[in-house]
Amino acid sequence: MFDSLNERLGSVFKALKGRGKLTEAHIEDGMKEVRMALLEADVHYRVVKQFVADVKARSLGREVMESLTPGQQVVKIVYEELTRLMGEASVPLELSGPKPAVVMLVGLQGAGKTTTAGKLALYLRKTGKKPYLVPADVYRPAAIEQLQKLAGEIGVPVYPSESSADPLDICLDAREDARKQGCDVLLVDTAGRLHVDETLMAELVRIREKMTPSDILLVADAMTGQDAVKMASAFDQDLGIGGIVLTKTDGDARGGAALSIRSVTGRPVKFVGTGEKISALDLFHPDRMASRILGMGDTLSLIEKAQEMVDEKQAADLERKLRKNEFTLEDFRDQLRQVRKMGPIGDLLKMLPGVNEKALGKMNIDERELVRVEAIINSMTPEERRRHAIINGSRRKRIARGSGTRVQDVNQLLKNYTQTMKMVKKLNKGGLKGMRGMRGMLPF
Amino acid sequence: MSFSLFGKKKSKKSKNSEPAVSEDSAHEPAEQEADEPANSEPEMEIQPDSPDDSESETDAESLPDKKEESRRRAEDSGGFFRRLKMGLSKTRALLTTDVDDLLLGRKIDENLLEELEEKLITSDLGVETSMSIVDRIREVRGRIQTGEDLKALIREEILREMDEENQGQTQESFMGFSPKVILVTGVNGVGKTTTIGKMAALYTRQGKKVILAAGDTFRAAACEQLAMWAERSGATLIRHKENSDPASVAYDALDAAIARKADIVLVDTAGRLHNKVNLMEELKKIRRTLDKRMPGAPHETLLVLDATTGQNALKQAEIFHEAVGLTGLVLTKLDGTARGGIVVSIQKQMGLPIRYIGVGEAMEDLQPFDAKAFLEAMF
Repeated sequence: MFDSLNERLGSVFKALKGRGKLTEAHIEDGMKEVRMALLEADVHYRVVKQFVADVKARSLGREVMESLTPGQQVVKIVYEELTRLMGEASVPLELSGPKPAVVMLVGLQGAGKTTTAGKLALYLRKTGKKPYLVPADVYRPAAIEQLQKLAGEIGVPVYPSESSADPLDICLDAREDARKQGCDVLLVDTAGRLHVDETLMAELVRIREKMTPSDILLVADAMTGQDAVKMASAFDQDLGIGGIVLTKTDGDARGGAALSIRSVTGRPVKFVGTGEKISALDLFHPDRMASRILGMGDTLSLIEKAQEMVDEKQAADLERKLRKNEFTLEDFRDQLRQVRKMGPIGDLLKMLPGVNEKALGKMNIDERELVRVEAIINSMTPEERRRHAIINGSRRKRIARGSGTRVQDVNQLLKNYTQTMKMVKKLNKGGLKGMRGMRGMLPF
Repeated sequence: MSFSLFGKKKSKKSKNSEPAVSEDSAHEPAEQEADEPANSEPEMEIQPDSPDDSESETDAESLPDKKEESRRRAEDSGGFFRRLKMGLSKTRALLTTDVDDLLLGRKIDENLLEELEEKLITSDLGVETSMSIVDRIREVRGRIQTGEDLKALIREEILREMDEENQGQTQESFMGFSPKVILVTGVNGVGKTTTIGKMAALYTRQGKKVILAAGDTFRAAACEQLAMWAERSGATLIRHKENSDPASVAYDALDAAIARKADIVLVDTAGRLHNKVNLMEELKKIRRTLDKRMPGAPHETLLVLDATTGQNALKQAEIFHEAVGLTGLVLTKLDGTARGGIVVSIQKQMGLPIRYIGVGEAMEDLQPFDAKAFLEAMF
């Protein structure tokens, strides 16, 4: 998400940064481009208008004009204003009050409420909570079954709703059940509805009154256009939402809806859905997102992701092995698995400064390549994995057959591995000097 | 005719009857090798073979949907125009400005043109299209006297932007295909399954024999959702296990359709974001597989677009078109406040006809697209 916005703004800033002195006309031109970029990214018309006016006013001020690097200053202003627009810091889920705390998920049809409910349950469980899922969508065919299946997958208790029951009765009953089971968060998945549907909006208000939720999350599709504002303010007016979950951010939408909703309702984006896997839900960090939009990378998130996935003991183990030159193909496979756990390689690379969709270009990082490498190693005997030197021609043939690859692929992997090992040896002997060549040596 | 089975399942859903407990065997997924399209007759949902209109109507009537009840009352006289207007009339109250109010006692000056630009852009027409329309209006502003003039001019300009040649071809044809295979694609959450359900209802009402292929084997309970639509509309459902190969489902459905001399096969697919390369490859495979079983199939490949989607819809259309060769669009969720203006750009750039629009959640809320009526409801 936000990639093409990033590209568009990038070219604007390049033009601005190239100048030693900025005139009002330069800034006017630049802001015209910024306006177009934001509108094309589906940021709401009025939000864009305000944003451009704010940035322009600040850019024409003394802090920019008297600066030695005026272009840089403008970028800084845009970054600050973007961050302000998205909210300054990340806001956690509100779970105060008597247990179980109730969290309602509301939104239009197809925004991704049910999927988000499942993801949120998993997220809460990871943070030590005991979530309880309530399917309260009695209208859409099989919506209840969908949430029940998701709940089954992650092993979270779910209320056995009947589609003939009243949503409010379901919620009340579910709360009792959750209490009995000692759960502390009740996640209510409501039916998708249009904000102009008075009957259904009244139903939500009824549920809110009886359930007194500690948080109400509006689930919104990142691809939403200009209508996002009307939709979000209607939900906010009727219900008083506590925050926003932005879904489908793994698409290539420019995600302007996020900016609009936040700016119009004043409610923070709390989570973003980043993929089809049930673990693909991230906390939203406005500052980091602003930095990604401007192509400044998001190294913090990358580091966090790595920390989450990498086991410290394993890491220490690995270091010891590397030092003693005992890094076998087995260890290599473990490394590969850890990297893959962190998510698609392309997504990870995009968190680095200066890397965007364009830079990745037609590289088309093939996740299957990693699968292939793993398959090759899997097709070796334990002995072969520990002592790669014994892998001769006929063994290579067997490995290739076993992994569904060609002998050349096996050769390539072994070649890369031995070269990496040589580097490691050099490193151990001569410190960091040998490090430089390391990058291209990893077999993927 | 296995109508008793049909009746039993229906009762499970009707509000006042006791919950049905019987596990009926028709719900069991066919046990098949997922990778290869099997040649054996697949196990399938058994439905009445040719339900006549009254049967499918009563079925719909007995549904517990409280939402539908209120709508049903108002929709007796039906008709595309009324329904669309009805959907959009709710919108009217919510909008702060309308083109009518825009002109009230004012001259067309730059301020008014800017407001007009805002209106166009907030209808998701896109910056470029909006600006070019405003430019045209600026040129001829002397001619404009009333709000009606202005609206007529806007509509005219948008019609010009849309590929006019395509307007006459929006009616789909059923001639010469037996069965006609329709592949339905789209990103997640746009309403593919619901659209298929409504299409199935439309075709069965026309007396056609419809087979549904439950090709969304990925999303939890997607098959069940389609099964309920099959039940409502009186179509036959072909399904496999969850997570099986969608291409093999499509193949078997087409196979069954040929064997039973069905008129139409509607192939559902899992929602996929267009930038996921492997998922788009999977879609291509479904297409190839259909073509293998019946050269020339699918005869229609539809992309379902959500009217609330912004400029990204154009990207979706481009990439889906590149992958599977679209023949038409379906625009859903037009009963909200979103105007779906992005279809203008899509028509302009790609010349794809809009086959249907979705204006509500009831079975009848699918209407053939009519550009003029659409624009009249829009402005």
